[in-house]
Amino acid sequence: MDPTVLYSPAVESLSREELEQLQIERLQSTLNRVYRNVAFYRAAFDANRVNLETIREVRALADLPFTTKDDLHRSYPYDMFALPLRDIVRIHSSLAAGKPVVVGYTRNDLRNWTECTARLLVAAGITEHDVVQIALDYSLSSGGLGFHQGAEQIGASVIPAAQPASVEKQIAIMRDFKTTALIASPSHALGLAAALAEVHVHPEQLHLRLGIFGSERWSEQTRASLESQLHLVAMDTYGLADILGPGVAGECPQRCGLHVNEDHFIVEVIDPRTLQPLAAGQEGELVFTTITKEGFPLVRYRTGDIASVDFSPCACGRTTARLSRIARRCDDLIQFGGVGFFPGQIEQILTEIGRTSPHFQILLDRAGGVDTLEIKVEVSDLTPSLDEPRLLGALRTQIAERIKAALDVEAKVNFAEPKSLRAAAEKVVDKRPE
Amino acid sequence: MLRIRNLEAGYGPLRVLKGVSLHISPGEVVAIIGANGAGKTTLLKTIAGILAPQAGSIALDGAEIAAVAAERIVARGCALVPEGRHVFGNMTIRENLILGGYACRRRGAKCPSIHEGLEAVYGLFPILRERCGQLAGTLSGGQQQMLAIGRALMSQPRLLMMDEPSLGVAPLVVRDLYAAVAALKQRGMTILLVEQNARAALAVADRGYVIETGQVVLEGQSWELADNPEVRRAYLGKEYSRVDEDNNHGSNRAV
Repeated sequence: MDPTVLYSPAVESLSREELEQLQIERLQSTLNRVYRNVAFYRAAFDANRVNLETIREVRALADLPFTTKDDLHRSYPYDMFALPLRDIVRIHSSLAAGKPVVVGYTRNDLRNWTECTARLLVAAGITEHDVVQIALDYSLSSGGLGFHQGAEQIGASVIPAAQPASVEKQIAIMRDFKTTALIASPSHALGLAAALAEVHVHPEQLHLRLGIFGSERWSEQTRASLESQLHLVAMDTYGLADILGPGVAGECPQRCGLHVNEDHFIVEVIDPRTLQPLAAGQEGELVFTTITKEGFPLVRYRTGDIASVDFSPCACGRTTARLSRIARRCDDLIQFGGVGFFPGQIEQILTEIGRTSPHFQILLDRAGGVDTLEIKVEVSDLTPSLDEPRLLGALRTQIAERIKAALDVEAKVNFAEPKSLRAAAEKVVDKRPE
Repeated sequence: MLRIRNLEAGYGPLRVLKGVSLHISPGEVVAIIGANGAGKTTLLKTIAGILAPQAGSIALDGAEIAAVAAERIVARGCALVPEGRHVFGNMTIRENLILGGYACRRRGAKCPSIHEGLEAVYGLFPILRERCGQLAGTLSGGQQQMLAIGRALMSQPRLLMMDEPSLGVAPLVVRDLYAAVAALKQRGMTILLVEQNARAALAVADRGYVIETGQVVLEGQSWELADNPEVRRAYLGKEYSRVDEDNNHGSNRAV
């Protein structure tokens, strides 16, 4: 892999001084625009007595209020758009914690997004000679289309092998179409790897050389097993449906952090408890401000993802800041099967049904490359007794269906003795291999 | 080449520019777009040293020039073609041009001769050669604009700033003027262009900034700005609707 290939060398290797000039210009114009066009920000800035004219340097961002996931939920569907719908050419929506967020893109937003994903695909090593199989969701969520645009822009041959296609079908495509690069979530790729043996395909029969993974947190161990099982080089990317989709940051061949597209996003790291900014290298919650988005600009958006940032230039030639790999979430969001939910939501469902105690335990595991979710629920006086298996079964189904409807996850529900879980040390037991 | 940070300027208690930041790289043509009264001319006057900034910094090749006297800024290679041309009507075209060359003379070093300077300007605007002995006051508006640009070029600037070159000029002549701007760009001239005629300016510029009520509200490549819905509505004529600049807060929200 040639480490010197940059998709947009002029911006990816700006000096910090030049980059900061670009950032302050774009930040100031973004702030002026959101203040004029987005009622939420106008109210938020006014409530915090923010005088935008005092934002004279990027660091002054710390004087501005945050934007949270709840703010986005409350704005559902269009209240935080900075432009009227007639200027929006694409709408994506993501489901997190059971609540949807709607993101609109203008024509320029789509172009910038394409540029951002193209950059990180090139950084990961994709060229126009690659056959790229994208095994991500192509529906409402931004994952599939986001990578798709960037890969096409580079000139690769792109296969929109959307994730719902069966594992066997994905493997057949991979083998027959001579796929050289796979873009998927790490868990889905692990599932593919596990299924290879079942369909009697040896990784050497495939042409894979690169894997580009994102959309969920994954570890170096997972990287090692993906590389050994699929015979490819696995690269990490970072994106967030709320601020863009894929394309926020990605690894270069040095694999010493994920380069942020800093001419489009300003990244900060804060202490999630004190909300104070942290110095470079310190681990904390990532906070992003979009500085080129027209349709759905966000100021100081709290991601809930924990990582650190390194601003020193990289050996690959890029001068853009690098994120450490995402260590964990700062809240207790459970990421499962591509969606996220909070334990509190399970509790709410149990309380609403009211036939059990509200005490429960969540067990996450992985079997045959597929994540499993089990929910143990403590019975109460109102729960049908073991002597009435039919009624108990019906309650079990009712809880599972409510969870499915509210959170879009398949859960196996089991009952536990009264008072057995009340004192459970851990509400969430995650046995999934990292 | 030019780097401006948080510039504030105005007239007495009236603040026109409220924290403007922008930059121009060498060889770039940058357009400043905005409605009447947005602060475009104030911006150019402040860079040129005609108006002292109230706050902020202006760096030319790294050296601070905020509040440096106008003639010294010209001497540093920053020339302004003012709005309304301001040519000397009672002097000939040639005399007007030679006047422009004095700034360069004073700077001394590696300055081409007046003759070479004149030839370069005549090459760009042949009409000026044809009429070189004529009084400048007898020229049409467009020709006076050419003369004003020529006069600025005589100082051999590294940064050429133009204020509304198309104002009051016949549409056909606007085309000629912009052809000249494009030719200067080809030669590597760095140009800061202020225009209400957004269509013409964005066609020749590499990048642009949109200024509203003294603040930058958009920055981008020219083609990006030309494709921005708000720019299209406000400055490119299509679905043009006059926006009361102080009352548009919140009114553009999604519907």
